Amino acid sequence: MEYINIFVKSIFIENMVFAYFLGMCSYLAVSKTVNTAVGLGAAVVFVLSITVPVNFLIDSYLLKPGALSWLGADYASIDLSFLSFIMFIAVIASMVQLVEMIVERFAPALYGALGIFLPLIAVNCAILGGSLFMQQKDFANVGESAVYGLGSGIGWLLAIVAIAAIREKIAYSHIPGPLKGLGITFIITGLMAIGFMSFSGIKL
Amino acid sequence: MAEGKEALFSKQNKALLSDPLNDNNPISVQVLGICSALAITVQLKPAVVMSLAVLFVVIASNVIVSLIRNLIPGRIRIIVQLLIVASLVILVDQVLKAYAYDVSKELSVFVGLIITNCIVMGRLEAFALANGPWKSFLDGVGNGAGYALILVLVAVFRELLGSGKLFGIEILGHKAKTIADSTGLYALGYENNGFMLLSPMALITVGIIIWVQRSKNRKLIEQH
Repeated sequence: MEYINIFVKSIFIENMVFAYFLGMCSYLAVSKTVNTAVGLGAAVVFVLSITVPVNFLIDSYLLKPGALSWLGADYASIDLSFLSFIMFIAVIASMVQLVEMIVERFAPALYGALGIFLPLIAVNCAILGGSLFMQQKDFANVGESAVYGLGSGIGWLLAIVAIAAIREKIAYSHIPGPLKGLGITFIITGLMAIGFMSFSGIKL
Repeated sequence: MAEGKEALFSKQNKALLSDPLNDNNPISVQVLGICSALAITVQLKPAVVMSLAVLFVVIASNVIVSLIRNLIPGRIRIIVQLLIVASLVILVDQVLKAYAYDVSKELSVFVGLIITNCIVMGRLEAFALANGPWKSFLDGVGNGAGYALILVLVAVFRELLGSGKLFGIEILGHKAKTIADSTGLYALGYENNGFMLLSPMALITVGIIIWVQRSKNRKLIEQH
């Protein structure tokens, strides 16, 4: 039950884009057509559901205050949490590289589809944001953090596909010149975020 | 080096400072760094602190990368840049925790997200890797200030309309339980627009700022 709760919450209520504005740069830059949006969204889901549990393990067995107690009682008082930023970003950059190599070797078709988006993801705020929120939320076990990573990724996919579909349609609308492109995209995203606020009462 | 002969504030160098404020603003024109920009604009104080933090990180990373730009192997430059930026952000985070604990709590994960702030990475890739330290310094100041400008503008609107305060000081008068006890605008029956405090309004505010900027500066209008 806890898993379903975390999953639904991370997709709808704490949506990466609409509630925290994470990953906005690529969200705005790559949402001109639905096809590329689906590609980037799938890559984000993929990378988030791998990096969040990996970072969870690193956080709970290396960085947290007292995390090193498995080495012996002498190490129990060590607090390495100030290193978490640099560890997380290193894990993300290397995981992205690793995922890219594995996908290229074993699933060339998927690599062809995701290809150019994978390297971009290392600097997508949503990925690092996922790990930092995971650190704040104090999940009980690695399963919960994996579900959270998957859910946030799907929430992001949902948001970018929706805005891409809308942008394809409004290309033919009469929009005041200065609002064209970026301005109207911001305002539509704001309206979508208002829509997503209606989920905020849901609790499973 | 050729730039040694150039005056410290030549026309070209001044453009590095002023372009990012309007024609080439990192947020409203280049669309970079929005990720961390919007969530912390409910109040002016965290927005100012965030701007200063980003300003510091952009300037310092720009100068460092431009100093060692000839030593970084091209293939691993992204990781080198990420590590430099991450170390600077850890520095900022520790300083904030030591001297401004409340604000650092409010900013929570968004300090860490400066690492993946596209302005920082974008300027390193596009500018610092190809230019000398002094130019990179000016470019960092310009872009950091352009970011700060939008951030502070959004925060002013949201805090003033949302809670009638600026920096936590009541600007529009004091709001008491009844209209009779209130002062300033509230005595006339004015109500705060609580909606401004919610996250969607940050997006809409930025949208409107872009609209105003582009109607003044028509060469920025997109054609499609």
